[in-house]
Amino acid sequence: MPEEINTIQGQESMSKTIITVVGKDTVGIIAKVCTYLAENQVNVEDISQTIVQGYFNMMMIVDTGGSTKPYAGMVIELDELGEEIGVRIRCQREDIFTKMHRI
Amino acid sequence: MINILEVNETNQMIEQEKLDVRTITLGVSLLDCCDADLDALNRNIYDKITRLGKDLVSTGREIELEYGIPIVNKRIAVTPIALVAGRACRSPEDFVEVAATLDKAARNTGVNFLGGYSAIVSKGMTPTDEALIRSIPAALASTERVCSSVNLGSTKTGINMDAVKLMGEIVRETAEATKENNSLGCAKLVVFCNAPDDNPFMAGAFHGVSEADAVVNVGVSGPGVIKHALEGVRGKNFEVLCETVKRTAFKVTRAGQLVAQEASERLGIPFGIVDLSLAPTPSVGDSVAGILEEMGLESVGAPGTTAALALLNDQVKKGGIMASSFVGGLSGAFIPVSEDQGMIDAVNRGALTIEKLEAMTCVCSVGLDMIAIPGDTPASTISGIIADEAAIGMINQKTTAVRLIPVIGKDVGETVEFGGLLGYAPVQRVNGFGCADFINRGGRIPAPIHSFKN
Repeated sequence: MPEEINTIQGQESMSKTIITVVGKDTVGIIAKVCTYLAENQVNVEDISQTIVQGYFNMMMIVDTGGSTKPYAGMVIELDELGEEIGVRIRCQREDIFTKMHRI
Repeated sequence: MINILEVNETNQMIEQEKLDVRTITLGVSLLDCCDADLDALNRNIYDKITRLGKDLVSTGREIELEYGIPIVNKRIAVTPIALVAGRACRSPEDFVEVAATLDKAARNTGVNFLGGYSAIVSKGMTPTDEALIRSIPAALASTERVCSSVNLGSTKTGINMDAVKLMGEIVRETAEATKENNSLGCAKLVVFCNAPDDNPFMAGAFHGVSEADAVVNVGVSGPGVIKHALEGVRGKNFEVLCETVKRTAFKVTRAGQLVAQEASERLGIPFGIVDLSLAPTPSVGDSVAGILEEMGLESVGAPGTTAALALLNDQVKKGGIMASSFVGGLSGAFIPVSEDQGMIDAVNRGALTIEKLEAMTCVCSVGLDMIAIPGDTPASTISGIIADEAAIGMINQKTTAVRLIPVIGKDVGETVEFGGLLGYAPVQRVNGFGCADFINRGGRIPAPIHSFKN
């Protein structure tokens, strides 16, 4: 029994990933990022987005559990994709934010 | 669930305010490496460090990438070598060979510094301790990444004045031995009173005998983040000021705690402590002096500086303590001169003297750190400065340290460049009145009274 409980807790606490995209607004930013994520079996769970003074600002909460790509590889490829589109794309484990802003 | 504002706040801290984890330091006990044969000892030390440290740098990079927070340094601290090499080393030359082994192990694991070429002599020196201390100039001149420290006093034991006298001479000899390189050897040599066993910061890190076989310690940073937070409360009262520092220190420390736990889990080595120190770097906006000036000082060194530093140090601890499960090391604000652009500027404009820095060390975490002094400063004067700092630490039950660089061939008004994180420093004036007769007395200063404190 204790083993089972641990497994369930383990799944629940599986860390999510936060992808942020910041930069000058152009056509197709979300499409390009989502295409990349779909190709790599990354599931998007939530998107919030604002435009501040012409600057595009998006945050996605995604689950990389189904992806076979190494995490570091994804961070680097998303960074490169950002350079192509002309925006800054960061891909970070959610813990860095929750630990800092939640007790 | 986390929201976009919080995510942006964290990323702004990292990208614009230079939030980083200053160091992941792997502490390694070398007590089980002892051997009577010097070659066997060297082999044991090299094998153990490279075995435990082989994944340190790559793991650090992995964490950096996945969490998007820079981890500036990956380092190793070992058991004070005087304790490990006693049976095998019979002369200072033997010790220098051990230093070469440590340097090789540091290069092989890819860490930029390895600390623990150290001796603990707070009450007395064994012949081994003395041989190690006498080998320091040659060891630091012939190695690249080895750092050395000597603890020569404590609140419980008093101050070993024989060691104080000797260390004044050793600092000078180290400066001479590395004079081609701006006396850089002295930047890798710290003299302590009340040295902690779990300090992750160089040059004073060593793995104390109270520690486990191996342990992961993390040093956080973030002067830029605190300064930015204080920009938002200009002119507000001290309650608001203190609360702001505290709240920001909490957030900074949480990042350090996360990195420490991740590193510990991935390396399979227990988590030791998070060190809460605010450590500046020479880059603009990463300055402890900048925080003090943001509080309302025209320049660091002005009247009010000691009070400002005291409140900063205390609030950082109050905020950080709750953010981490284990706090240790030095934990406070560092005030190195050469590594902090604001301190350098203050010295250059004549606002900050060694005497004021000494007063500041009474309320901050370490001591007189990375201060360039004239190359012709007598050894007895350096010893006098060490004795003063050790006395502050001994009486106030705190860690104090001295890392002075007598720059051979340079005098007051000139500037010396150390490079990288070590920065550059203007050579500062030292009080010219002598203290040789005081230093030459020899013996010990007894431990202080632990009651009747005023």
